[in-house]
Amino acid sequence: MNAASIANRSLGAAPTPAAPGQAAGREAVRVKGWWRANRFLVLRRLAQASVFAAFLLGPWAGIWIVKGNLSASLTLDVLPLTDPFVLAQVLATRHLPETRALIGAAVVIAFYALVGGRVFCSWVCPLNVVTDAAAWARRRLRIGTGRVPRGTLRYWLAGAVLVASAITGQAVWEFVNPVSMTQRALIFGGALAWGAAAAVFLFDLLVAPRGWCGHVCPVGATYALIGHCSVLRVAASHSSRCNDCADCYAVCPEPQVIVGPLKGKGGAGPVITDRACTNCGRCIDVCSTDVFTFTHRLQTTRD
Amino acid sequence: MDLSRRTVLQAAASAGTAGLIASGAALLGRPALARPAQALRPPGAIAEEHFLGACLRCGLCVRDCPPGNLKLSTWGAGMARDVAIGTPYFEARQIPCEMCESIPCVKACPTGALDHSLTDINRARMGVAVLVDQENCLNFLGLRCDVCYRVCPVIDKAITLEKVSNPRSDRHAMLLPTVHAQDCTGCGKCEKSCVLERSAIKVLPLEIARGELGHHYRKGWEPGSRAGRPSFDLPVQRVPGQPVPGDLAPLRSGRPPYDPEAAASANAARASR
Repeated sequence: MNAASIANRSLGAAPTPAAPGQAAGREAVRVKGWWRANRFLVLRRLAQASVFAAFLLGPWAGIWIVKGNLSASLTLDVLPLTDPFVLAQVLATRHLPETRALIGAAVVIAFYALVGGRVFCSWVCPLNVVTDAAAWARRRLRIGTGRVPRGTLRYWLAGAVLVASAITGQAVWEFVNPVSMTQRALIFGGALAWGAAAAVFLFDLLVAPRGWCGHVCPVGATYALIGHCSVLRVAASHSSRCNDCADCYAVCPEPQVIVGPLKGKGGAGPVITDRACTNCGRCIDVCSTDVFTFTHRLQTTRD
Repeated sequence: MDLSRRTVLQAAASAGTAGLIASGAALLGRPALARPAQALRPPGAIAEEHFLGACLRCGLCVRDCPPGNLKLSTWGAGMARDVAIGTPYFEARQIPCEMCESIPCVKACPTGALDHSLTDINRARMGVAVLVDQENCLNFLGLRCDVCYRVCPVIDKAITLEKVSNPRSDRHAMLLPTVHAQDCTGCGKCEKSCVLERSAIKVLPLEIARGELGHHYRKGWEPGSRAGRPSFDLPVQRVPGQPVPGDLAPLRSGRPPYDPEAAASANAARASR
C-alpha cells in the first residue's frame, strides 16, 4: 500500500474496520500518555489564548501590554507589528504608509521567515480553532464527502486581491477577511462578525474538508510564502518506526506534505520542507511510535 | 517549468476562481463607500475613497482616544451597519471629539490613514456643523439658548451669534447661531449639546455639507484672490504740489487748496523785505 492511498483512505469516507482518522491519536494516548499525545495541541491553544489575553488585558484590566489587533499592533509602546498581507493591500492601493507600519511588517516577516510562515496559522490565528473543530467534527461524524479547490488557489487569490486593491483603491480583502474579522471581534467586540467564523466552519464541515486554511485563505498563503525557507521544521526523523497507522495523515491540515519525507520517495530527505506545513506539531502528538520531531531545515539523517 | 495543457488549464481555472472571489469581495465593499452622514471619521482622516485603502482596521486610534468616542465598525446594529467593517468612526450626538491638543489618535495611526501632517487640532476638518433645522432651533424662535455657541471650542470663529430684528415682535432681536466653515473642525460638541430632542445643528461630512465654487471664480475683495490676475495701477490724479491762486482742488498732500489769507500774508512779508 503506498502512502498516497493511505492518505486517501484516512481523508476520505473511511470504511470499516480500521477506520483510521476517527480514532486518530487514541493509540498515542495509550502508549505515550495523555500529555505527550496532546502537548503541542495544548501548547497551541495556550499560545492562541495568551495572544488574545495580552490584547484584552488593556481594555479589561487596564494593563496595556499591547494595543491594536493582529492587523497592526504596538507592544509596550515600542514594538510595532503589522500583518504583511493587510499591509500589502494598502501598498497595492498606492498609499505609502508611515514608517511604523513598514517596520512592523518587516519584524513580522523576519520572525515567521525563521520559525515557519504558517506558524501564524496554527499558533496564533483564531480561525485555526474553528477549522480544527470542523476537521474534528468531520472525523467524528464520518463526513467523507466534499470537494476542495486546488491548493494553489490561495496564491492566485492573494494575487487577485492585490490586483483588485490596486484597481479599486481599497483594501479589498478586508471587507470579507474572516481572519481579521474574527480576531477583531475577539479584541474589539462585535457579534455579527462571528458570522464569518461560522461560515468558515460550515464551509470546512460541509463543503470542503480542510478547505479554508489549506486552499482558500490568502492570509495563510502570504505566510506560507514568507516561511518558504524557514529554519524550524518538522521532520520524519525516525521513519523506520512508522507502522502505517495513518493517524498523522488524519490529523494533518496539509496531509500532502507528509508523504515524501515520511516514505522517502524519490530520495526525499526526512525534513518536511513544504511551505504549506504549519509546524503545528499535531503529527508529533498523535504518532504512537514518535516518528516525527521538531528540528532544523538542514537535517538529513533519519533512522 | 511544466507548461503542459493540463497545468495551464488548471492554473487558468484557479486564476479565474481567484478573480471571481476577489471581485466579489470588491463588490461587497462598494456599499461601504456610502458612509452614513452621521458617522464621522477621526481627525486628520484622508478622503474616504483613499481612507478605505489606507486604513489597516487595527484600532490603535480607538485605543488611544481619551474620551473613548472612537469605535470600530462591527456590522452591528444602527449606524455601524453601513460603515466599512473594522474602520474607526464616531457619532457626534453620542460622544463628540474632545479635540485633544496632542491629537493622540493621529499619532497612533501606523499608516497615515489619519494624516500625520495634522499637528494643530484646530485645523482638523472632521466635518462641518450645519444648523439644519432653523424651524426648531430655539434661537430662531427668539429665545436665548446659545448652547451650541457656548460649547464651541472655536467660539466666535466657528460659530457666531448674528443679531437680526425679530419680525414677529418688531422690537426684539434674534441672535442666530451662524457657522463659519473655514474655522469649524467638525468636533460635534454643538450637535452633542443641542438641547432639542433631536439636534437642530448637525455635523455633516464636508462633501455633503459644502458646495464648491467654480475654480475660475475670484473674490476680488480678498487680497489673496488678486494673485494671478492682471492688476492695474490706480490712476494718478494730476493735482498741484504747490498752492496756486484761485485753485479749488486739494493739494497732493491733502492740505486745503489755495488759502487767500495765508497767501496775502506771505506776499506782504515778501514786499516788506
